[in-house]
Amino acid sequence: MSESSQDAKCEIAFTVNGQLATVRAYAMERLLDVLRHELGLTGTKEGCGEGECGSCSVLMDGSLVNSCLIPVLQASGANIVTIEGLACDGHLGVLQQTFLEYGGAQCGICTPGMILAAVHLLRKKPCPTLEEIREGLSGNLCRCTGYMQIIEAVAEAGRRGAAT
Amino acid sequence: MRARPSDYELVIPHTLPAVLSLLGQEPGVWLPIAGGTDVMVQYAAGKLGRRKLVSIWNLPELRRIEVFAAEIQIGAGCTYTDLSEHEVVNREFTLLSRAARWTGGIANQNRGTIGGNIVNASPAADSLPALLVYEAELLLVSSRGERRVPYTGFHIDYRKTQIAPDELIRAICLKRRFSEYYAHARKVGARNAQAIAKVCLAALGRLADGVVEDIRLAMGSVAPVPLRLTGTERIVKGNRIDSWLVQLARTTATAEVQPIDDIRSSARYRAAVAGNLVAEYLEQLERSSN
Repeated sequence: MSESSQDAKCEIAFTVNGQLATVRAYAMERLLDVLRHELGLTGTKEGCGEGECGSCSVLMDGSLVNSCLIPVLQASGANIVTIEGLACDGHLGVLQQTFLEYGGAQCGICTPGMILAAVHLLRKKPCPTLEEIREGLSGNLCRCTGYMQIIEAVAEAGRRGAAT
Repeated sequence: MRARPSDYELVIPHTLPAVLSLLGQEPGVWLPIAGGTDVMVQYAAGKLGRRKLVSIWNLPELRRIEVFAAEIQIGAGCTYTDLSEHEVVNREFTLLSRAARWTGGIANQNRGTIGGNIVNASPAADSLPALLVYEAELLLVSSRGERRVPYTGFHIDYRKTQIAPDELIRAICLKRRFSEYYAHARKVGARNAQAIAKVCLAALGRLADGVVEDIRLAMGSVAPVPLRLTGTERIVKGNRIDSWLVQLARTTATAEVQPIDDIRSSARYRAAVAGNLVAEYLEQLERSSN
Protein backbone atom coordinates (compact mmCIF):
# COMPACT_ATOMS: atom_id res chain seq x y z
CA MET A 1 0.00 0.00 0.00
CA SER A 2 1.26 3.46 -0.74
CA GLU A 3 1.54 6.28 1.74
CA SER A 4 0.33 9.60 0.41
CA SER A 5 -0.08 13.16 1.59
CA GLN A 6 -2.90 14.19 -0.78
CA ASP A 7 -2.58 17.87 0.16
CA ALA A 8 -3.07 16.95 3.79
CA LYS A 9 -0.87 16.12 6.71
CA CYS A 10 -0.25 12.47 7.31
CA GLU A 11 0.76 10.53 10.38
CA ILE A 12 4.39 9.48 10.26
CA ALA A 13 6.06 7.29 12.87
CA PHE A 14 9.77 6.77 13.42
CA THR A 15 12.19 6.22 16.25
CA VAL A 16 14.22 9.17 17.51
CA ASN A 17 16.99 8.57 20.00
CA GLY A 18 15.42 5.29 21.03
CA GLN A 19 11.92 6.69 21.55
CA LEU A 20 9.01 6.11 19.19
CA ALA A 21 7.77 9.42 17.79
CA THR A 22 4.57 9.98 15.85
CA VAL A 23 4.08 13.29 14.08
CA ARG A 24 1.44 14.81 11.83
CA ALA A 25 3.27 16.48 8.97
CA TYR A 26 3.16 17.15 5.27
CA ALA A 27 4.99 14.40 3.40
CA MET A 28 7.45 16.88 1.86
CA GLU A 29 8.35 18.65 5.09
CA ARG A 30 12.05 18.38 5.69
CA LEU A 31 13.10 15.95 8.41
CA LEU A 32 15.19 18.85 9.80
CA ASP A 33 12.08 21.00 10.36
CA VAL A 34 10.10 18.18 11.89
CA LEU A 35 12.92 17.39 14.32
CA ARG A 36 13.29 21.02 15.35
CA HIS A 37 9.73 22.30 15.29
CA GLU A 38 7.51 19.27 15.95
CA LEU A 39 9.79 17.36 18.29
CA GLY A 40 11.70 20.28 19.84
CA LEU A 41 15.08 18.69 19.05
CA THR A 42 16.83 21.96 18.28
CA GLY A 43 20.31 20.47 18.65
CA THR A 44 20.16 19.72 14.93
CA LYS A 45 21.07 22.99 13.19
CA GLU A 46 20.25 24.47 9.83
CA GLY A 47 23.21 26.01 8.04
CA CYS A 48 22.93 26.21 4.27
CA GLY A 49 19.72 24.22 3.77
CA GLU A 50 21.07 22.65 0.60
CA GLY A 51 23.29 19.78 1.70
CA GLU A 52 26.58 21.66 1.51
CA CYS A 53 27.52 22.36 5.12
CA GLY A 54 26.58 19.29 7.17
CA SER A 55 25.14 21.26 10.13
CA CYS A 56 21.88 19.31 9.96
CA SER A 57 23.58 15.87 9.89
CA VAL A 58 21.78 13.09 11.73
CA LEU A 59 22.05 9.32 11.63
CA MET A 60 19.19 7.58 9.83
CA ASP A 61 19.27 3.78 10.13
CA GLY A 62 22.95 4.15 11.00
CA SER A 63 23.76 6.18 7.91
CA LEU A 64 24.95 9.79 8.08
CA VAL A 65 22.47 12.02 6.21
CA ASN A 66 21.70 15.70 5.80
CA SER A 67 18.27 16.08 7.38
CA CYS A 68 17.56 19.18 5.26
CA LEU A 69 17.45 16.91 2.20
CA ILE A 70 15.10 14.25 3.59
CA PRO A 71 11.37 14.55 2.98
CA VAL A 72 9.96 13.38 6.30
CA LEU A 73 7.80 10.68 4.69
CA GLN A 74 11.02 8.95 3.60
CA ALA A 75 11.94 8.73 7.31
CA SER A 76 8.82 6.71 8.04
CA GLY A 77 9.80 3.69 10.14
CA ALA A 78 13.42 4.82 10.32
CA ASN A 79 15.69 4.88 13.34
CA ILE A 80 17.02 8.43 13.79
CA VAL A 81 19.79 9.56 16.11
CA THR A 82 20.34 13.27 16.77
CA ILE A 83 22.90 14.99 18.98
CA GLU A 84 20.40 14.79 21.86
CA GLY A 85 20.70 11.00 21.69
CA LEU A 86 24.43 10.84 22.43
CA ALA A 87 24.55 11.78 26.10
CA CYS A 88 23.44 9.08 28.52
CA ASP A 89 21.92 9.80 31.97
CA GLY A 90 23.41 13.29 31.97
CA HIS A 91 26.89 12.03 31.02
CA LEU A 92 28.44 13.26 27.81
CA GLY A 93 29.30 10.78 25.10
CA VAL A 94 33.03 10.23 24.49
CA LEU A 95 33.08 12.48 21.40
CA GLN A 96 31.20 15.24 23.21
CA GLN A 97 33.76 15.04 25.99
CA THR A 98 36.78 15.17 23.67
CA PHE A 99 35.28 18.07 21.67
CA LEU A 100 34.97 19.91 25.00
CA GLU A 101 38.53 19.10 26.07
CA TYR A 102 40.19 19.86 22.72
CA GLY A 103 38.28 23.05 21.89
CA GLY A 104 36.42 21.37 19.04
CA ALA A 105 33.43 23.65 19.47
CA GLN A 106 33.38 27.43 19.28
CA CYS A 107 30.17 29.01 18.00
CA GLY A 108 28.52 25.59 18.10
CA ILE A 109 26.50 25.65 14.88
CA CYS A 110 28.55 22.96 13.14
CA THR A 111 29.21 20.94 16.29
CA PRO A 112 26.17 18.60 16.41
CA GLY A 113 26.62 17.65 12.75
CA MET A 114 30.37 17.37 13.17
CA ILE A 115 29.96 15.01 16.14
CA LEU A 116 27.41 12.83 14.32
CA ALA A 117 29.72 12.64 11.30
CA ALA A 118 32.46 11.57 13.71
CA VAL A 119 30.20 8.93 15.32
CA HIS A 120 29.51 7.57 11.81
CA LEU A 121 33.23 7.56 11.00
CA LEU A 122 34.28 5.81 14.22
CA ARG A 123 31.68 3.09 13.70
CA LYS A 124 33.27 2.33 10.33
CA LYS A 125 36.86 3.00 11.38
CA PRO A 126 37.32 2.80 15.16
CA CYS A 127 40.91 4.14 15.05
CA PRO A 128 40.99 6.42 12.03
CA THR A 129 44.12 8.05 10.63
CA LEU A 130 44.19 11.85 10.37
CA GLU A 131 43.55 11.50 6.64
CA GLU A 132 40.51 9.29 7.29
CA ILE A 133 39.21 11.81 9.83
CA ARG A 134 39.58 14.62 7.28
CA GLU A 135 37.72 12.58 4.67
CA GLY A 136 35.02 11.49 7.13
CA LEU A 137 34.33 15.09 8.15
CA SER A 138 34.83 16.64 4.72
CA GLY A 139 31.12 17.30 4.28
CA ASN A 140 30.94 19.32 7.50
CA LEU A 141 32.05 22.93 7.37
CA CYS A 142 33.35 24.91 10.35
CA ARG A 143 34.15 28.61 10.12
CA CYS A 144 35.57 28.98 13.65
CA THR A 145 38.05 26.34 14.66
CA GLY A 146 40.22 25.90 11.61
CA TYR A 147 39.42 22.17 11.95
CA MET A 148 42.59 21.12 13.79
CA GLN A 149 40.95 20.98 17.23
CA ILE A 150 38.05 19.01 15.77
CA ILE A 151 40.35 16.51 14.10
CA GLU A 152 42.35 16.10 17.33
CA ALA A 153 39.12 15.62 19.30
CA VAL A 154 38.00 12.84 16.95
CA ALA A 155 41.42 11.16 17.03
CA GLU A 156 41.40 11.22 20.83
CA ALA A 157 37.84 9.80 20.91
CA GLY A 158 39.10 6.96 18.72
CA ARG A 159 41.95 6.31 21.14
CA ARG A 160 39.46 6.26 24.05
CA GLY A 161 37.40 3.62 22.26
CA ALA A 162 34.39 5.80 21.43
CA ALA A 163 33.26 3.30 18.84
CA THR A 164 32.80 0.50 21.35
CA MET B 1 11.07 31.99 -2.26
CA ARG B 2 10.86 28.92 -0.08
CA ALA B 3 8.58 26.05 -1.03
CA ARG B 4 5.46 25.38 1.04
CA PRO B 5 5.28 21.65 1.89
CA SER B 6 1.48 21.75 1.71
CA ASP B 7 1.73 22.51 -2.02
CA TYR B 8 3.45 19.19 -2.75
CA GLU B 9 2.46 15.57 -2.80
CA LEU B 10 4.82 12.67 -2.15
CA VAL B 11 3.98 9.00 -2.44
CA ILE B 12 6.05 5.90 -1.64
CA PRO B 13 4.77 2.92 -3.64
CA HIS B 14 7.44 0.48 -2.30
CA THR B 15 7.75 -1.62 -5.49
CA LEU B 16 9.18 -0.87 -8.92
CA PRO B 17 6.07 -2.02 -10.87
CA ALA B 18 3.89 0.28 -8.73
CA VAL B 19 6.22 3.24 -9.46
CA LEU B 20 6.24 2.48 -13.19
CA SER B 21 2.47 2.17 -13.24
CA LEU B 22 2.14 5.63 -11.67
CA LEU B 23 4.64 7.14 -14.14
CA GLY B 24 2.80 5.42 -17.02
CA GLN B 25 -0.62 6.67 -15.98
CA GLU B 26 0.40 10.32 -15.90
CA PRO B 27 3.66 10.71 -17.86
CA GLY B 28 5.59 13.83 -16.95
CA VAL B 29 3.43 14.57 -13.91
CA TRP B 30 5.32 12.60 -11.29
CA LEU B 31 8.92 13.45 -10.46
CA PRO B 32 10.94 10.52 -9.13
CA ILE B 33 12.94 11.33 -6.00
CA ALA B 34 15.64 9.00 -4.68
CA GLY B 35 18.10 10.35 -2.08
CA GLY B 36 16.96 13.93 -2.66
CA THR B 37 20.45 15.43 -2.94
CA ASP B 38 19.45 17.35 -6.07
CA VAL B 39 15.63 17.37 -5.93
CA MET B 40 15.41 18.65 -2.34
CA VAL B 41 17.81 21.50 -3.10
CA GLN B 42 15.57 22.70 -5.95
CA TYR B 43 12.52 22.11 -3.77
CA ALA B 44 13.85 24.15 -0.86
CA ALA B 45 14.65 27.02 -3.21
CA GLY B 46 11.09 26.93 -4.58
CA LYS B 47 12.43 26.00 -8.00
CA LEU B 48 10.92 22.56 -8.39
CA GLY B 49 8.63 22.57 -11.43
CA ARG B 50 6.53 19.58 -10.47
CA ARG B 51 4.22 19.25 -7.46
CA LYS B 52 3.84 15.49 -7.41
CA LEU B 53 6.78 13.34 -6.34
CA VAL B 54 7.19 9.61 -6.20
CA SER B 55 9.87 8.16 -3.94
CA ILE B 56 12.14 5.53 -5.46
CA TRP B 57 14.60 5.64 -2.54
CA ASN B 58 15.76 2.21 -1.41
CA LEU B 59 13.62 0.24 -3.88
CA PRO B 60 15.27 -3.21 -3.67
CA GLU B 61 15.02 -3.66 -7.47
CA LEU B 62 17.18 -0.56 -7.98
CA ARG B 63 19.62 -1.00 -5.13
CA ARG B 64 21.79 -3.93 -6.05
CA ILE B 65 24.95 -4.55 -8.02
CA GLU B 66 24.81 -7.73 -10.10
CA VAL B 67 28.11 -9.19 -11.23
CA PHE B 68 28.09 -11.33 -14.37
CA ALA B 69 31.02 -12.82 -16.26
CA ALA B 70 31.03 -10.19 -19.00
CA GLU B 71 29.54 -7.14 -17.26
CA ILE B 72 28.28 -5.68 -14.03
CA GLN B 73 24.85 -4.13 -13.70
CA ILE B 74 24.69 -1.34 -11.16
CA GLY B 75 21.18 -0.59 -9.94
CA ALA B 76 20.34 3.05 -10.58
CA GLY B 77 19.37 3.47 -6.93
CA CYS B 78 22.83 2.52 -5.66
CA THR B 79 24.43 5.30 -3.67
CA TYR B 80 27.97 6.60 -4.06
CA THR B 81 28.77 4.78 -0.82
CA ASP B 82 27.41 1.53 -2.31
CA LEU B 83 29.75 2.07 -5.28
CA SER B 84 32.87 3.00 -3.33
CA GLU B 85 32.42 0.02 -0.97
CA HIS B 86 31.81 -2.57 -3.72
CA GLU B 87 34.70 -4.94 -4.32
CA VAL B 88 34.33 -5.34 -8.11
CA VAL B 89 33.67 -1.63 -8.69
CA ASN B 90 36.77 -0.79 -6.63
CA ARG B 91 38.95 -3.30 -8.43
CA GLU B 92 37.80 -2.99 -12.04
CA PHE B 93 36.12 0.41 -12.31
CA THR B 94 38.43 2.65 -10.31
CA LEU B 95 37.37 5.78 -12.20
CA LEU B 96 33.84 5.27 -10.93
CA SER B 97 34.76 4.43 -7.34
CA ARG B 98 37.09 7.44 -7.23
CA ALA B 99 34.41 9.77 -8.59
CA ALA B 100 32.00 8.34 -6.01
CA ARG B 101 34.42 9.37 -3.25
CA TRP B 102 34.78 12.85 -4.73
CA THR B 103 31.08 13.55 -4.92
CA GLY B 104 29.82 15.74 -2.07
CA GLY B 105 30.71 14.72 1.48
CA ILE B 106 29.90 11.47 3.28
CA ALA B 107 26.25 12.39 3.96
CA ASN B 108 25.60 13.12 0.28
CA GLN B 109 27.48 9.97 -0.74
CA ASN B 110 25.12 8.01 1.54
CA ARG B 111 22.05 9.42 -0.24
CA GLY B 112 23.04 10.49 -3.74
CA THR B 113 22.47 7.80 -6.37
CA ILE B 114 24.21 7.02 -9.64
CA GLY B 115 20.90 7.00 -11.52
CA GLY B 116 19.98 10.35 -10.03
CA ASN B 117 23.33 11.75 -11.08
CA ILE B 118 22.66 10.67 -14.68
CA VAL B 119 19.12 12.04 -14.99
CA ASN B 120 19.95 15.23 -13.11
CA ALA B 121 22.30 15.61 -16.07
CA SER B 122 24.64 18.23 -14.72
CA PRO B 123 27.58 18.71 -17.07
CA ALA B 124 29.71 19.09 -13.92
CA ALA B 125 28.76 15.73 -12.36
CA ASP B 126 31.85 13.84 -11.17
CA SER B 127 30.78 10.31 -12.11
CA LEU B 128 29.54 10.92 -15.66
CA PRO B 129 32.90 11.20 -17.48
CA ALA B 130 33.76 7.79 -15.99
CA LEU B 131 30.58 6.28 -17.47
CA LEU B 132 31.48 7.79 -20.85
CA VAL B 133 34.94 6.24 -21.02
CA TYR B 134 33.66 2.84 -19.85
CA GLU B 135 31.06 3.16 -22.65
CA ALA B 136 28.28 2.25 -20.23
CA GLU B 137 24.87 1.11 -21.37
CA LEU B 138 21.65 2.04 -19.61
CA LEU B 139 18.67 -0.20 -18.98
CA LEU B 140 15.63 2.05 -19.18
CA VAL B 141 12.42 0.58 -17.81
CA SER B 142 8.78 1.63 -18.03
CA SER B 143 5.41 -0.09 -17.84
CA ARG B 144 5.83 -0.56 -21.61
CA GLY B 145 8.93 -2.70 -21.15
CA GLU B 146 12.69 -2.33 -20.99
CA ARG B 147 15.23 -1.02 -23.49
CA ARG B 148 19.00 -0.93 -23.50
CA VAL B 149 20.66 2.23 -24.80
CA PRO B 150 24.29 3.35 -25.02
CA TYR B 151 25.15 6.01 -22.45
CA THR B 152 27.14 7.80 -25.15
CA GLY B 153 24.63 10.21 -26.67
CA PHE B 154 22.18 9.91 -23.75
CA HIS B 155 22.68 13.59 -22.93
CA ILE B 156 21.31 15.51 -25.90
CA ASP B 157 21.72 19.07 -24.61
CA TYR B 158 22.18 21.01 -21.39
CA ARG B 159 20.18 19.03 -18.80
CA LYS B 160 18.24 17.20 -21.55
CA THR B 161 18.41 13.41 -21.92
CA GLN B 162 16.85 10.67 -24.02
CA ILE B 163 14.75 9.35 -21.14
CA ALA B 164 10.97 9.28 -21.76
CA PRO B 165 8.65 10.82 -19.15
CA ASP B 166 7.37 7.40 -18.06
CA GLU B 167 10.82 5.78 -17.83
CA LEU B 168 13.31 5.19 -15.06
CA ILE B 169 16.90 4.07 -15.33
CA ARG B 170 16.89 0.57 -13.85
CA ALA B 171 20.58 -0.20 -14.13
CA ILE B 172 23.89 0.92 -15.57
CA CYS B 173 25.81 -1.83 -17.38
CA LEU B 174 29.61 -1.81 -17.52
CA LYS B 175 31.60 -4.30 -19.58
CA ARG B 176 34.33 -6.03 -17.56
CA ARG B 177 37.17 -5.49 -20.00
CA PHE B 178 39.18 -2.58 -18.65
CA SER B 179 41.53 -4.26 -16.18
CA GLU B 180 44.48 -3.90 -18.62
CA TYR B 181 43.88 -0.17 -19.11
CA TYR B 182 45.78 2.60 -17.35
CA ALA B 183 43.04 4.56 -15.58
CA HIS B 184 43.40 8.11 -14.36
CA ALA B 185 40.97 10.66 -12.92
CA ARG B 186 41.55 14.27 -11.95
CA LYS B 187 39.20 16.82 -10.47
CA VAL B 188 40.23 20.45 -10.46
CA GLY B 189 38.10 22.43 -8.04
CA ALA B 190 38.25 24.79 -5.09
CA ARG B 191 38.40 21.79 -2.71
CA ASN B 192 37.87 18.05 -3.13
CA ALA B 193 34.75 17.46 -1.08
CA GLN B 194 31.53 19.39 -1.61
CA ALA B 195 33.01 21.55 -4.36
CA ILE B 196 31.72 21.25 -7.89
CA ALA B 197 34.52 20.77 -10.39
CA LYS B 198 35.93 23.54 -12.54
CA VAL B 199 37.12 20.73 -14.82
CA CYS B 200 37.23 16.97 -14.25
CA LEU B 201 38.81 14.23 -16.37
CA ALA B 202 38.30 10.48 -16.63
CA ALA B 203 40.80 8.70 -18.86
CA LEU B 204 41.53 5.15 -19.94
CA GLY B 205 44.36 4.08 -22.19
CA ARG B 206 46.31 1.05 -23.26
CA LEU B 207 49.70 0.78 -24.93
CA ALA B 208 50.92 -2.06 -27.12
CA ASP B 209 54.61 -2.05 -28.06
CA GLY B 210 54.80 1.61 -27.11
CA VAL B 211 51.92 2.59 -29.37
CA VAL B 212 48.59 3.87 -28.02
CA GLU B 213 46.28 1.02 -28.91
CA ASP B 214 43.18 2.53 -27.30
CA ILE B 215 42.45 5.77 -25.52
CA ARG B 216 39.27 7.20 -24.04
CA LEU B 217 39.08 10.74 -22.63
CA ALA B 218 36.01 12.37 -21.09
CA MET B 219 35.54 15.59 -19.17
CA GLY B 220 33.00 17.34 -16.99
CA SER B 221 32.29 21.08 -16.73
CA VAL B 222 33.68 21.85 -20.19
CA ALA B 223 30.53 21.67 -22.35
CA PRO B 224 26.70 21.64 -22.04
CA VAL B 225 26.93 17.87 -21.55
CA PRO B 226 29.61 15.53 -20.14
CA LEU B 227 32.01 15.43 -23.06
CA ARG B 228 33.96 12.62 -24.72
CA LEU B 229 37.00 14.13 -26.43
CA THR B 230 36.81 12.03 -29.59
CA GLY B 231 38.87 14.49 -31.68
CA THR B 232 41.76 14.36 -29.22
CA GLU B 233 41.48 10.58 -28.99
CA ARG B 234 41.81 10.31 -32.80
CA ILE B 235 45.00 12.39 -32.74
CA VAL B 236 46.57 10.14 -30.12
CA LYS B 237 45.37 6.67 -31.10
CA GLY B 238 47.86 4.58 -33.05
CA ASN B 239 50.81 6.82 -32.20
CA ARG B 240 53.79 6.75 -29.89
CA ILE B 241 53.64 9.26 -27.03
CA ASP B 242 56.41 11.82 -27.37
CA SER B 243 56.61 15.51 -26.54
CA TRP B 244 55.33 16.45 -29.98
CA LEU B 245 52.20 14.27 -29.61
CA VAL B 246 51.60 15.53 -26.06
CA GLN B 247 51.69 19.11 -27.32
CA LEU B 248 49.37 18.33 -30.24
CA ALA B 249 46.91 16.57 -27.92
CA ARG B 250 47.04 19.53 -25.53
CA THR B 251 46.12 22.05 -28.22
CA THR B 252 43.49 19.74 -29.72
CA ALA B 253 41.80 19.22 -26.36
CA THR B 254 41.92 22.96 -25.61
CA ALA B 255 40.09 23.60 -28.89
CA GLU B 256 37.73 20.64 -28.58
CA VAL B 257 36.09 21.64 -25.27
CA GLN B 258 33.30 24.21 -25.25
CA PRO B 259 33.44 25.69 -21.75
CA ILE B 260 31.62 28.72 -20.41
CA ASP B 261 32.33 31.46 -17.89
CA ASP B 262 30.38 30.90 -14.67
CA ILE B 263 30.69 31.43 -10.93
CA ARG B 264 33.19 28.61 -10.57
CA SER B 265 35.64 29.45 -13.33
CA SER B 266 36.24 31.07 -16.70
CA ALA B 267 36.03 29.50 -20.14
CA ARG B 268 39.64 30.40 -20.86
CA TYR B 269 40.96 28.81 -17.68
CA ARG B 270 38.85 25.69 -18.22
CA ALA B 271 40.11 25.25 -21.79
CA ALA B 272 43.73 25.64 -20.65
CA VAL B 273 43.23 23.15 -17.79
CA ALA B 274 41.53 20.69 -20.15
CA GLY B 275 44.61 20.73 -22.37
CA ASN B 276 46.93 20.38 -19.38
CA LEU B 277 45.01 17.44 -17.93
CA VAL B 278 45.19 15.58 -21.23
CA ALA B 279 48.93 16.27 -21.47
CA GLU B 280 49.45 15.12 -17.89
CA TYR B 281 47.55 11.90 -18.57
CA LEU B 282 49.52 11.08 -21.73
CA GLU B 283 52.81 11.59 -19.91
CA GLN B 284 51.64 9.24 -17.14
CA LEU B 285 50.39 6.69 -19.65
CA GLU B 286 53.75 6.72 -21.38
CA ARG B 287 55.58 6.25 -18.07
CA SER B 288 53.19 3.46 -17.04
CA SER B 289 54.69 1.20 -19.70
CA ASN B 290 58.24 1.52 -18.32
